[in-house]
Amino acid sequence: MIITTTKGDIDDSLLVKKEGTVDDENEYTTWVEYYLNDELVHRSAHVTLKKSPFSDLFAASLG
Amino acid sequence: MANTQSMCTSFLGELLSATHNFSSANPAHTANTADTFKAALYTATASPAINAATTAYSATGEVSGTGYTAGGIAVTNATNPTSTNSSSTAGVGYWTPSGNLVYSTVTLTTAFDTVLIYNSTQSNKAVSVHTFGSQTITAGTFTLTMPSNTTTTALLRLSTT
Repeated sequence: MIITTTKGDIDDSLLVKKEGTVDDENEYTTWVEYYLNDELVHRSAHVTLKKSPFSDLFAASLG
Repeated sequence: MANTQSMCTSFLGELLSATHNFSSANPAHTANTADTFKAALYTATASPAINAATTAYSATGEVSGTGYTAGGIAVTNATNPTSTNSSSTAGVGYWTPSGNLVYSTVTLTTAFDTVLIYNSTQSNKAVSVHTFGSQTITAGTFTLTMPSNTTTTALLRLSTT
């Protein structure tokens, strides 16, 4: 697979791949990094939010 | 001060004056034409912080880098807002972008942790702030997957209880 990097497009067989996830109450995130000779040349991340802002609305009582 | 996830307070007041139109089937503003909403990314150290007090988009504190255009990207909005009664005295109005937010082939070396949704049709007025763990992107893609558009998970929810 060809990876877009800071050095141009490079076949992933020439790169070192690292992956990770974050899974907590706020988000589920995955990320992938590719290194060429210990230099970070590609990093992508995918975030899925678990919480959203929420607003309560109120109608005042009359009388 | 850190960025904080929240509905922008100014947005709540602007709803009562019909400033924002998320719907393509609504007589407000230009009939049956929804406003254009955009999504801008902000650094984890943005100053002023991005939070409920944010009233409009500003380039101050916004990320910058290869492939990223100031102001961010347009939000895909093919689904009109919906409202559902949960009882005779309560209900929820809700809306979610119909597509994920995708920043393709960007390099953002300063850590960012916030996306601001704002109305670019209406003077860039702020809508909501969403935070996540700090990220950097190197010649890659940053994707924010939108939640399911339901009464309990939609991106924006206004509720009576």
